[in-house]
Amino acid sequence: MRKVAVIGVGMTKFGELWHASFRDLMIEAGVRALEDAGIGGDDIQAAYVGNMSAGRFIQQEHVGALIADYSGLAPIPCTRVEAACASGGLALRQAWMDVASGLHDIVIAAGIEKMTDVLAGAAIETLATAADQEWEAFVGATFPSLYALMARRHMYEFGTTEEQMAAVAVKNHNFANMNPYAQYHIQVTVEKVLKSPPVAKPLKLLDCSPISDGAACVVLAPAEQSRKYTDTPVLIEGSGHATDTLGLHGRKSLVGLEATVRASREAYKMAGIEPSDVHVAEVHDCFTIAEIMAIEDLGFCKKGEGGKFTEEGQTNLGGKVVVNPSGGLKGKGHPVGATGVAQVVEIVHQLREEAGKRQMEGAEIGLTHNVGGTGATVVVHIFRRMT
Amino acid sequence: MSGAVPRFWREIPARYNLIGSKCERCGKVFFPPRNLCPDCRRKGNVRPYKLKGRGRILSLTQVHVPAPGFEKQVPYYLALIEMEEGPRILAQLTDVGQEPVDIGDEVEIVFRRISESGEIINYGFKARPVKFSSQKSGS
Repeated sequence: MRKVAVIGVGMTKFGELWHASFRDLMIEAGVRALEDAGIGGDDIQAAYVGNMSAGRFIQQEHVGALIADYSGLAPIPCTRVEAACASGGLALRQAWMDVASGLHDIVIAAGIEKMTDVLAGAAIETLATAADQEWEAFVGATFPSLYALMARRHMYEFGTTEEQMAAVAVKNHNFANMNPYAQYHIQVTVEKVLKSPPVAKPLKLLDCSPISDGAACVVLAPAEQSRKYTDTPVLIEGSGHATDTLGLHGRKSLVGLEATVRASREAYKMAGIEPSDVHVAEVHDCFTIAEIMAIEDLGFCKKGEGGKFTEEGQTNLGGKVVVNPSGGLKGKGHPVGATGVAQVVEIVHQLREEAGKRQMEGAEIGLTHNVGGTGATVVVHIFRRMT
Repeated sequence: MSGAVPRFWREIPARYNLIGSKCERCGKVFFPPRNLCPDCRRKGNVRPYKLKGRGRILSLTQVHVPAPGFEKQVPYYLALIEMEEGPRILAQLTDVGQEPVDIGDEVEIVFRRISESGEIINYGFKARPVKFSSQKSGS
């Protein structure tokens, strides 16, 4: 297998982007990534696009061909990749495999979701299709309620508190305020989180990531050719992908995601690093409890200590590992299919030291962690600044 | 959740009568039913198996922003339950009295109206905390 590098990244602002269509968003992110890489459309040989549910959100399937068409890239092969909220991360993995295998040289990994062309109720129902329709959605489960079951059990087993979960939201909104691409630029305090309306107890509105529109795109090339395009290539050093039971009821544990453990260990092994070597990570904080479980399962702290680790500031600038400097799904927004690729955009900015006020100084190794459903799919990638 | 009638009809044995399945080779019980044992796969021998309908709460939540079709029930409790035979299921709690319900509480499965989608009423199981089982039943 060949070593693969990221040579360009781009994304749209995330948010309720009523002026922009699915097609507009994809073009905007793609053009930015190509400009960043200094390449033209003729250089691109294949594309993989993460998208959870254009069929339900905009009543349009066959979006691989649509994107190739509207970006002027047809007839290149363009493949839509779906793994619920992990669609973007999985699109990156497919693109990485394509370049690593030697089949193609310059390949795009993109992600997109246009979620606000339907009303909020329909969006909630569509998100719930990532859970088990027959045995979770049928009995009245929403996505927040499934994560609430994990949160309650985490509190029961380890004494995790609602204040500790709120600390995740405070940190990530604070980071989002430093990110011009973020959906929210608002001040959030622990008190505001605790007083926000209940969604599924113990989770409240400000424990939840929003419904968003957005797209993100990265350009990959073989590492040995990457210097032709950029002075600052970022290597993909490790990739891991694991699955688990679709429904929460099939899991052995409710206080963590086994697929995160497996995917991350595969990626760490490939990269030849330990969890403690990671400087900066973008993790899947669809709910505050999800970030607490993620930092435990990724090995940044011990199981059960994620709440305390967060409260102590160990995941903030100056801590042991900077987590979600982009603002995360919580503050930056969560257009589900775009999320996994937007995580890569942030890590590349961090490793190229272009992240402005939210920059972690001296960041050399970064990680992305993208979850589908309640943990039935997890994709982890590890990146290193090429020296 | 929506769909044509057969989608709901074919799940009636499980939803009305707790018919799961059991692998005769390894003895593992599945609910919701699986027709392939994930451990034995093709070597397994999976047969229908009725659960007794008793279990214990592993975790629970009170839902305030409902799933479509559940608006009239807000707020409602969902619980993840470990059944005596081993499988775990997600169910709404019903007949919840004044006392708080908590992790570890025993529940029994009862037949109830689940939701309404258009003109179709969906029936299935809910879980009743045993400590409230003598009280008059609700929805």
